[in-house]
Amino acid sequence: MERKIILRTKAIGKYFYDPVEFKVLDDISFEAYEGEFLTLVGKSGSGKSTLLYILSTMDTDYEGELFIDEEKITGQNINNLAAIRNKNIGFVFQFHYLLPEFSCLKNIMIPALKLGKYSREEIEQQAYEKMEVLGIKDQALKPASKLSGGQQQRVSIARALINSPKIIMCDEPTGNLDSKNTQIVFDIFKQITKDFGQTIIAVTHDMDFAKASDRTIELADGKIINLDLKL
Amino acid sequence: MKSVNTEIALTHILTRKRQTIVAALGVTIGIAIFICLNTLMVGTNRYSDNSIFKTTPHIRIYKEDEICQPLLRGSVQDSSMVIINPKISNISKNLINPMKLLDEIKNQPEVTSAAQMVSANLFYNNGKSQLNGIGWGINIAEANAMFDIQSTMVDGDYKTLLNTPNGIIIGVGIADKLSLKRNDNISVISSLGIIKLMKVVGLFKTSNMITDKGKSYMNLASAQQLLGRGPNYVTDIYVNIKNPEAAPELAIVLGKLTDYTTEDWKAANELFVAGKKIRAIMFTVISWAILLVAAFGIYNIVNMTISQKMNDIAILKANGFSGSDVVKIFVSEAMIMGIIGTVFGFLLALLVVTLLSRIYIGADIGYFPIQFELSVSLKGMGVGILVAFGAGLIPALKAAKIDPVEIFRK
Repeated sequence: MERKIILRTKAIGKYFYDPVEFKVLDDISFEAYEGEFLTLVGKSGSGKSTLLYILSTMDTDYEGELFIDEEKITGQNINNLAAIRNKNIGFVFQFHYLLPEFSCLKNIMIPALKLGKYSREEIEQQAYEKMEVLGIKDQALKPASKLSGGQQQRVSIARALINSPKIIMCDEPTGNLDSKNTQIVFDIFKQITKDFGQTIIAVTHDMDFAKASDRTIELADGKIINLDLKL
Repeated sequence: MKSVNTEIALTHILTRKRQTIVAALGVTIGIAIFICLNTLMVGTNRYSDNSIFKTTPHIRIYKEDEICQPLLRGSVQDSSMVIINPKISNISKNLINPMKLLDEIKNQPEVTSAAQMVSANLFYNNGKSQLNGIGWGINIAEANAMFDIQSTMVDGDYKTLLNTPNGIIIGVGIADKLSLKRNDNISVISSLGIIKLMKVVGLFKTSNMITDKGKSYMNLASAQQLLGRGPNYVTDIYVNIKNPEAAPELAIVLGKLTDYTTEDWKAANELFVAGKKIRAIMFTVISWAILLVAAFGIYNIVNMTISQKMNDIAILKANGFSGSDVVKIFVSEAMIMGIIGTVFGFLLALLVVTLLSRIYIGADIGYFPIQFELSVSLKGMGVGILVAFGAGLIPALKAAKIDPVEIFRK
């Protein structure tokens, strides 16, 4: 069966200009498929985080082309990009990055409220469902800053999932977690890709985490050196 | 349903109540002072306009002195020089057919009242002591409608003059110097040497001492007699109009209509008008300066919130909030502070104005000339909200430009 390409890059390159001109990414071309759990690995400075930010549509200063769901992203204006992110991309960061003044529930609901596709009640319902799956339902009304690291990371995963995005992008999702929580997060990711056909693209240092993913792309010095690294 | 942007703004506001209150307090004080100062300006202007209008009509129509013209008009080339010495012509200052003029003026839609009047230079005598001054021969009822003479009367009633043909109402200064009281007799001599014995029926006191020392009101006929003229002799027509501010324009219209010289109150009181302008500039500058300080308060707080919330802004942007959403969030925060501050500022101003209006000053001012001015208050509140908007917009635009990638990299 032909798998559907959800994200595609064509010869992406990027320069840093400060302090000196430096090509941080060079000729990056790869595809990510629907329902794929993809990890990006590489040493510090290999450009993997930089690549992730380009894929996330937040960084627009690059050469080459980016397509998400066969739609050309490169060159779109920033308001469109924001809407695309809202609808199609969920984020999980290393430092959970929740809004500290809001309850967990609100944190999860915010992207959906922004999208405005469902009513507030429906969104709340959906948020509770996600929290149920992630085992944090009992924390719903606590302020985000009162939770443990593992719990916060699960809240941010729930937030990433709320709009049922096609792609979930993670920057070191387990970098700050102990092995138990890492396992929990990993299991959740597996479940997401299997059950909902969502694509995960994760940058990681954690080789065990990468090993368990569907496919691992290795970067070195801004170039892809292996499109399917066997660990 | 409230939008998610408003919800975020409200949460920010509620989680930092103290800073919100401080910023709102700045606006409160700024708006209160703005409204108070402007109300005060309106009140003082109204009071001083009124005090001017107690002695000056909005428009005065009179016959200007004419200078004799030389017999040889134009220059005659190569001829001998004609030495001339022009003087004021001796033609009477009478307005011709005053009743018809008065009717025409009263027919103007802008005119509220008009009165004919004879002014006469006089000497007030009591025994050997003599004071010079000016007598206004006027229908006292009409004059009262125009100048509110009754409010300046300290003794007697102006109406007594109506049924006392040789009555005179004099300023308190004259009464003091000539030691006169009500019902005393006074002999008045005009510049033509005509003497008339008159009866003091009342005393008035204005806020102008010079007026009190020289001015008197009498019946039209008395003044005409003193000038040795008949009942058709009228030197001035005084006109009051609906909107005193329009006096200069209407003076020109009336000038064309009557063919006599017209003088509006602004031209007659240039110093006063200049003073009013200076006052307006001063009050405006001060009130705007204070508002600016309040605006800086809001700007500061919003700016600080933004720099503390760089991460949150980056997260919001990553989750699909656009730059304009970020602007909306922070501008709403500024607006909430501004609106809270403005409402309380209005209430504070209301309190201060009420208290001020109860302060008794004395003299013919009475109570402090200030009262609640709706238009000033509305303007103040509008300005307050506008200022808050501006103070929020500047840092918010900066926040909209935050690059989330740069934040996440750190």
